[in-house]
Amino acid sequence: MGKLKSWGIRGGVSLGKLKSWGIYIGRGVALLFAVSALSFALASASPINPETRYRLSHPGVSQENVTKMREYWGIDEPPVGRYLGWLGGLVRGEWGMSTTYRRPVLDVIGERFSASFALMATAWVLSGLTGFAMGCVMAAARDRWPDRILRRICLFLCSVPTFWIGLVLLAVFSANLGWFPFGLAVPPGVRAESVTLAQRIHHLALPALTLSCLSFANLALHVREKLVDVYQSDYVLYARARGECGAQILFGHGIRNALVPAIIMQFGSVSELFGGSVFAESVFSYPGLGSALAKAGMDASDIPLFLGIVMISAVFIFAGNLTANILTQVIDPRTKGVG
Amino acid sequence: MDGMRLDRDCTDDDGKCAAKRGYTGEDGKGGAKLVSWNRRTGAAAWAGCIFALILAIYIAGALMPDGALRADFAKKSLPPSLEHIFGTDFLGRDMFVRTVKGLSLSLLVGTVASCGAAVIALVVGVTAAMGRRWVDHVVNWIIDLFMGVPHTVLIILVSIALSRGATGMLAGIALTHWVGLARIIRGEVLQIRSAEYIAVSRGFGKSAPWIAVHHILPHMVPQFFVGLILLFPHAIMHESGLTFLGFGLGPEQPAIGIILSESMRYISGGAAYLAILPGLSLVLLVLLIDRLGHTLRYLLEPKEAQL
Repeated sequence: MGKLKSWGIRGGVSLGKLKSWGIYIGRGVALLFAVSALSFALASASPINPETRYRLSHPGVSQENVTKMREYWGIDEPPVGRYLGWLGGLVRGEWGMSTTYRRPVLDVIGERFSASFALMATAWVLSGLTGFAMGCVMAAARDRWPDRILRRICLFLCSVPTFWIGLVLLAVFSANLGWFPFGLAVPPGVRAESVTLAQRIHHLALPALTLSCLSFANLALHVREKLVDVYQSDYVLYARARGECGAQILFGHGIRNALVPAIIMQFGSVSELFGGSVFAESVFSYPGLGSALAKAGMDASDIPLFLGIVMISAVFIFAGNLTANILTQVIDPRTKGVG
Repeated sequence: MDGMRLDRDCTDDDGKCAAKRGYTGEDGKGGAKLVSWNRRTGAAAWAGCIFALILAIYIAGALMPDGALRADFAKKSLPPSLEHIFGTDFLGRDMFVRTVKGLSLSLLVGTVASCGAAVIALVVGVTAAMGRRWVDHVVNWIIDLFMGVPHTVLIILVSIALSRGATGMLAGIALTHWVGLARIIRGEVLQIRSAEYIAVSRGFGKSAPWIAVHHILPHMVPQFFVGLILLFPHAIMHESGLTFLGFGLGPEQPAIGIILSESMRYISGGAAYLAILPGLSLVLLVLLIDRLGHTLRYLLEPKEAQL
């Protein structure tokens, strides 16, 4: 009876649940503030600050100019004051000026976010579908040769650095076969308005493939584990006794059980995806957030942009985890009434 | 045999019993037969071989004279041949020598970084589980904080804070990789904490730190070492990645990341071997260490291990 009741309130939101979501989101916001404080502290601890860079690039600069410069960047202000100023700007939507692009940080991020998002979303969907399908194949053929071969491949891929996959793909498909361009998101020398969708996809393919290699092997191995557990369960034994064939068992019992953990895992991998995009974008000179982050960090002068991207990545990860949490409760009826 | 659950009393000498029976925790086929060569001794020998191989790679790289890396423009940009099995780079340096030296350096960096991370994990994990409730909350919150930013981004941040270079990278890797192991150790300690002998010890008036050192830490030794070795591959991959991006080791170092980022310029010219062979060596090294970690885990925790 209890089960029926919990099915009955599907979609309904109780007060207790609202409260637990409120706590969850509150924790998330507190975490974002902590991330901002941590990253600001680390960035301002760096010995490479505007002054040292200025002195390096302008040898023999007068003391007067240095003083002016210190004033301009607010170096003499106490760090806490600087942090609060920056934080206030973040909340108001004034994220400062990027020193490399000479434009507001939010503009640069907004522009690059769409490129990065296309890349990450493609890689995410690609790795999710391949990983899940591969896990199903491995579990269905468990301990036979397709399973052994695929599992070896997955274990191998788990130990491969993302950027090296990118280099190999670049060497094989761009240099040797010439099927794909060497990088960038659009062909060089073409006006932005006249770039076709096909051209964009053509440029997106290799970076997305590189990025999807990051997580699909892991996902496939987990799906396999989960499905093997299902196959050893009593209800599958019963289904077999009823005369259900392999496909019926896989689609009727296996996939339904493996889907929830797979989706949660895939949403939880957003952090790795973002980290991997730094490498994938750098290898392919793809103009997204990841390559901007690496570049801003390399110059070590474009701290406003760097910190902005750090904050965006933290928000992104929080959103991924939140979605995973919500989906768990929505998809899996068994978790109802627990939260 | 990968992925097969192994039970402790499986001592068949053909070593395949688990594979044949599939996952059966309880059936008593194995028994306490005393065989001189069982799967455990096999695994121990296997671990010894892998360890010797890894050590050999390290020593080979450390002992190779730097003279082997002298530029020789007469031999620049040669594809792989019998004389130079990995080819030569644009300065005529032998890529095989560079790769072995790079792997050796990676091992060194990996050791330092993963030891640092594992020590942090041990301290944090034990403190969280042994301390008061609020300590546990604070630690969990810090773990959430570290999970809230991508590892790569955090390592870059730490690296910048310490003005890039080897120290910054090592600190970055150590500071980001402790999280997973700390969670495992915390869980283990929480389990042991509720054991009776801990309660007895407390009844004798021993302090929490005394109990932690004398009753808890010894139990953490296997977890600690297995966790340490399993951290290694991640540390090495992050090291090469960060170096590749330019935040890690300097260009004068014979690191794999440097080799790979240099190779970027020659890939379009068809010199793919510059990227593929050194990278593949790195992957093989990572796989070796990973295998060592799993073999050790099988030896130390036969119940939960998968070989």
